[in-house]
This record gives sequence, structure tokens and C-alpha cells, in this order.
Amino acid sequence: MDALELARWQFAIITIYHFLMVPITLGLAMLVAGLQTAWYRTGKDVYLRATKFWGKLFLINFAMGVVTGIVQEFQFGMNWSEYSRFVGDIFGAPLAMEGLVAFFLESTFLGLWIFGWDRLPKKLHLATIWAAAIGTSISAFFILAANSWMQHPVGYRVDEGFSPLNPTGRAELTNIFDVLLQKTALITFAHTLTAAFVTAGSLMLGVSLWHLVRQRHLDVMRPSMKLGAWTIIIAFVGVAVTGHFQAQVMTEQQPMKMAAAEAVYETGRDVGFSLFSIGTLDGSEETFRLEIPGLASFLATDSFNGEVEGINDIQAGLEEQFGPADYSPNIPISYWSFRFMIGWGALAALVAALSLIGFRGGRNPTSRWIGTLGVVTIFLPLLANSFGWLFTEMARQPWVVYGLQLTANGVSLATSPGEVWTSMIVLTLLYGALAVVEVALMVKYIKLGPPEITSADADRAYDDRDNDQPLTFAY
Amino acid sequence: MELADFWFVLIAVLWIGYFFLEGFDFGVGVLLPVIGKSEAERRVMINTIGPVWDGNEVWLLVAGGATFAAFPEWYATLFSGFYLPLLLILVALIIRGVAFEYRGKQDSARWRSRWDLAILVGSLVPSILWGVAFANIVRGVPINADGTYTGGFFNLLNPYALLGGVVTLGLFTTHGATFLALKTKGSVRDKAHDLVGKVGLATAVAAVLFLGWTLLDQGEVGTWITSILAAASLLGALAFDRVKRDGWAFVLTGLTIALAVTTLFMTLYPNVMPSSTDPAFNLTIANASSTPYTLKVMTWVALVMTPIVLVYQAWTFWVFRRRIGTDDLPPEPVAPESVSA
Repeated sequence: MDALELARWQFAIITIYHFLMVPITLGLAMLVAGLQTAWYRTGKDVYLRATKFWGKLFLINFAMGVVTGIVQEFQFGMNWSEYSRFVGDIFGAPLAMEGLVAFFLESTFLGLWIFGWDRLPKKLHLATIWAAAIGTSISAFFILAANSWMQHPVGYRVDEGFSPLNPTGRAELTNIFDVLLQKTALITFAHTLTAAFVTAGSLMLGVSLWHLVRQRHLDVMRPSMKLGAWTIIIAFVGVAVTGHFQAQVMTEQQPMKMAAAEAVYETGRDVGFSLFSIGTLDGSEETFRLEIPGLASFLATDSFNGEVEGINDIQAGLEEQFGPADYSPNIPISYWSFRFMIGWGALAALVAALSLIGFRGGRNPTSRWIGTLGVVTIFLPLLANSFGWLFTEMARQPWVVYGLQLTANGVSLATSPGEVWTSMIVLTLLYGALAVVEVALMVKYIKLGPPEITSADADRAYDDRDNDQPLTFAY
Repeated sequence: MELADFWFVLIAVLWIGYFFLEGFDFGVGVLLPVIGKSEAERRVMINTIGPVWDGNEVWLLVAGGATFAAFPEWYATLFSGFYLPLLLILVALIIRGVAFEYRGKQDSARWRSRWDLAILVGSLVPSILWGVAFANIVRGVPINADGTYTGGFFNLLNPYALLGGVVTLGLFTTHGATFLALKTKGSVRDKAHDLVGKVGLATAVAAVLFLGWTLLDQGEVGTWITSILAAASLLGALAFDRVKRDGWAFVLTGLTIALAVTTLFMTLYPNVMPSSTDPAFNLTIANASSTPYTLKVMTWVALVMTPIVLVYQAWTFWVFRRRIGTDDLPPEPVAPESVSA
């Protein structure tokens, strides 16, 4: 493999890995903040115990998200220096803003939250988890705005007569608000954030089901199960609606990506959405296809009879615009990742609905397989998220910035394949080992269940803060 | 002052902030096996930086992001050129960050001692490599006409750069020791006091050699002054440590770091990454920077956000201002639910 291919593999591995933790952090931060708010408002022990329990899982996950996030920022320069040179004038700005506005907020206030339990007045302590949660969401906004610019560059200028096949100069920012507030960025943010709530909700639902069928910690796990399930259902509606709008934006801005998602080669109306197909992997020939008529047309255009442009026509158009080259992405990956994203996400929503029905009105099934199903459910949105990013990034190829820079022109010139091999192997092994550790700790604390503490304990600890407890020893 | 010059200064400030803050975190990590002879002592040490290390590390992310936004060419050349050292730093920061959060989560001596090792290595490696990296930047590395680094890995391990690594290791360790002396009581504090003098003197020797080398190479009036002030500040810190004025000692080790970084950035100016291949290929503030529009946007963001960040980070230090000692440890070791309750 050459440095380009290696750099792409590395980006995929470490980004997908990082994004296993990110949505859990985004969603769970808000849910924990909500639980602590419930405790603050009602003073009921059960909410304090729930806050502590889910907060512990949140922190175990957050630690991994933070440390793998550092690699994300560094790797643009390390593996993609020519990309960084070309887009830095634009792309660097949201990254720097993310640090200044969001990372400081989430890290500093999370430190205050972890160590502040009996140092800060209740209300102030509650504010720290909200500040951290808001910080994580702001961070998602800036990085998704940066990614959206790669999908649909706006607010920039390039040299006159610029050709991406034979690039000169660099892209320069002309309007930051176009970059931050374009509809691609806003809809992507909404889609990602709602997906994050599905993810965190599934963790909550899955863990609660596991305990409930064993009749353990019912006081904490019943409300947690309901909170998780409702979060999934409401957020899934959001995911579906925003996904629909995203498909429309995509059809307009990156028609090739939409065509690849459907493996539609010839332009047509009333294009069906195939649930699956059997044939050649790239869909160019098929022997069997189960499809919902007109759904692809509807997704893309709001009309079941809308026109969906085919890969061949789009390819011809792009050749006319930019010159001869292959402008189509890997079709099997695009086609299947799009389906897996939707499919795994929808399954999580189905489990959520069934759980609410199964546990309605005080019922508490005890079949162990329901607990197992709960554990499986935790992984469904993680899969959906990963396939979503695979689709978003892979189906944009061969571009790194759509219509502006080819991925092949973005890779570092200074690095040798040996160096990229080294970093890929080192990071992959390290990430693998840490995944084992994280999962083991998660399992341990999940099994341990919520801690036995009461609001009275918490109050006493705060009152004693100047006497025998000078500082919380959280580590 | 041109906006690009302003951003050069601001990036220097971000690195100063990073080395000042994470410098003592690293120092505490390096001293963990030296001062922390018992589990109780090690826990005290780790908990002194527990509430703040993550916020401190963000200074690095912001320094990196700001370099990307304001000087894309610098960011691209530096990060792709210093590939393997940066990989090592990343690995170190990963295992170190995870170690803080995970070491107390299993009640097993073996588990904890492994994470202690991760904290030590994770603090030691970046402490050295940041010095190596900055010394190389200041000294100049092979960069071709396209702005691409052509020197390979071992070119970075020259004597000047390695001496730079020793200096940052020494400075951060001393800074960590003054921090521990300020933040703890009892045995940890006593040992930290002792170490400030020993490590500080060794560091002073290395720092004088390194700054002297830098000055003889490319010294100017301004950098002579900042270097002398840095040395004076370090000696002042040692003096204050002897009379147990912990606050002043800590401020002065921090000031030493700030002055040393200032010296390096002043030496660098108006370049950001000089080329040892041909001065014509130097990356400079002018040819590596973003457009005036981008710099203007980022200036507004920085002017609004930086004071806010400084206020809430300072407040965090205020909230956790108290000294801690082994007597304060909760009786039961490592049952996180009960201790954080």
C-alpha cells in the first residue's frame, strides 16, 4: 500500500474508533445533567443514585473520547499536510474555535463536576455538568461545520481558472458565516446530535433491561429504562426527519453520493429504495431486488415521482466540468453502508418501543433473553453511526473537498509509507488494548449497579467540606 | 502591528499557557515514583492535578488549532515533518489521560502500578520531546522549496535538540515540584521541597547551556535579556523554596518557563520554521499565515473567548485551592462511589 492508501485506512480506523465514544458522550452528558436536575428539583435519592451511576459510565467513556480526540486534531497535519495547506485558511478556523469555545468549557467544567461534589453548592455543581454538556454539543457543531465544508465548500475563493485536477494556490475564506451556518452544517449537526441521543439512550435502555430482568436495582433502573427508551424514540424521529432533509441537501449538492447510495446507474423517475439486492456487489447487475417503490425518489426530492439522476449521467457531467477522471465512489460500500446505517438505527428504535410495551404499567418480564437483547441494543446505534460516517466520507470520494480537492492531492509529502505504517500499527494496537480495558471497566461498573447513597449523605459531605474533607479524592 | 504578527505572539502565549499549566502536570507525573513511595502519597499527588489536568491539556489543542487556522503552512510542515516524535507524544498523552481516570477503578495493586507506569511514561516522554521539537524549530530543519520537511526522524535527535529536551524535562519537573510543595502537606510536601533545590539546580545548569548555545548561535539584545531573566527567575524560585514561600516559588518556576518559551519565539521571529537547506525556503510569519480576513475572524473569537476561559480556569484553581495530604485520604482505599459522594 502507498502512503495515500495507508493514510486513508488510518483516518478511517481512528476516526470511527473516536466516534464510538463521541455520541455516547454527547447524549449521556445531557441525560446525566437531566437526572441531576431531577435530583436538584425533587431531592429524591433515586435521582442522585441514577446520576452517580450513569455519570460513572459517562466518565469512563469520556476519558477515551478525550484522548482519542487529540489524535484527530493532529492527524490533519501529520497525514494530510497538503490538504491542510490547501484548506487551512478556512478549515483551521472552526477547529480553533472548537478548542477555544468548546473544549475549554467541557474539560474545565467536567473537572469541576467530578471533583466538586462536596465542594460546590448544589446549584452551582448542577451548573457545571450542564456547562460541560453544552460544551460537548458546541464542539460537535464546530467540527461538523468543518466536515460539512468538505462536503459542500462555501464562503471561499480560489484562483481564477482553478482546476482541481491541476491545482494551484489555496482556497481562501471569504465569509465565515457561510461556512458555519450553511444548511449542510445545520442539518448535519441536527442529524448527528439526534443520533447521539439514540446512542446514549440505547446504552441506558440496554443496561437497564439487563438489570430489570434480573430484578435488580428496580428503583433506579425502571425510570432509567423509561428515560432511555423515550429518548431513543423521540430522537429517532429526529434522526429520520433530519436524515430525510439531509438526503435532499445531498441530492442537490452531491448528486453522485445519492446515486451511489442507491446504486442507481441510469437517471429515472419513481426510483425505488431497495431494502437489499442480490447480484454483483456494485449493483450494476442484479438477480433479485426487494424494493419499496418510489422511496428513493421521495427521500431525495419529496416526491415519489421525483427524478433521481444516475451515476452514468453524473459522471459525464463531472467530466465535462472538471476533465476526464473517475468521479464515482466505491458503489458497494456506499450502497450497503447507507442501508446498514438506517437498518441498525431503526432496530434500536424497535427495541425501545417493544421495551416500553413489555414493561408498561408496572410489568416486569424476567426472561434473560430480554436482558441479552438489551446488551445487543447498546451496539446497534454504534454500528449505525459508524456506517453513517463510512457512507458520508466514502461516498464523497474521490474528493476530500467536494469539487475542490482530490483526496490523492491531500496526503502528506513528507511522510514515508513506513512512518504511516508505524503510526497505524501503534495506534491500532493501543486503541485495541484500551477498548478491552474500557469495556471491562464498563461491565464492572454496570454490574456493580448504582451506589447506595442518599441525599442526606451528599448534604452532610457538603456541610463538612471545610472540616475533615478538604478535597474530593475522585482519583 | 500586522495581524499575522499578533497571531505569532498569540501562539507563543498559547504555548506558554500550555507549558505553564501542563508543565506542572507532567512534573507531578515524572515525580510520581520519586516522591510517591506509598499508595497514599501517590494518590495525593494525582489528586492535586485531578480536577485541572484535562483543562490544562486543552491549551495544547488550542495551540494546535490556532496554528492550523493562523499559519496553515507552519502547521502542515511541522506536523507532517515531526511525524514520529508527535506520534510518541500522542501515545504518551493517550495512556496518561486514561491512566488518571482508570487507575482508581480496580482495587488491585498490580492494576494501579501499571497505570502509575503509564502516568510516568506518559509524562516523561512529552516533557522531553516538546523540548526536542522546539529546539529543532528554532535551530532550523531541512525544508525544501515546497515547504516540505526532508530530514527524516534521526535528524531531529541532534545534540542541541536533545539538550533542549533535557531542559524542558528539568523545567517541568521543577515546576511540578514547586506545585506539589504548594498544594500538599506532610510527607509529600517535605519531599517536594527537597527536590526543588536538587532538580532545580541541575535544570539551571542545563538551561544556561542551552540558552547560551542559542544566544551564541543567534542571540540578540532582547533574547539575552529574556534568557538572563529566565535564569534569575529559576534561581529566585529555588531561593523562595528554601524559605518555604511555596506560592512565590511556583510563580517563579512558571515565569521561568514563560521566559524560556518567549526567548525561543523571539529567536524565531520573523520566521516560524527556518529552513536549514536554504534561507530562501524559510517559513515566515508572512508566507505561512492565513489571509487577513481569516486572521480578523480569529482575532475576534480569541479576544472574546480568551478572557472568559482565563476567568473560569482561574476559578477552578480557586475552588480546589486547599492543600491536601495523606491524612485527608478517605479511610477505605479506592471505592470511587463512596469517596466522591
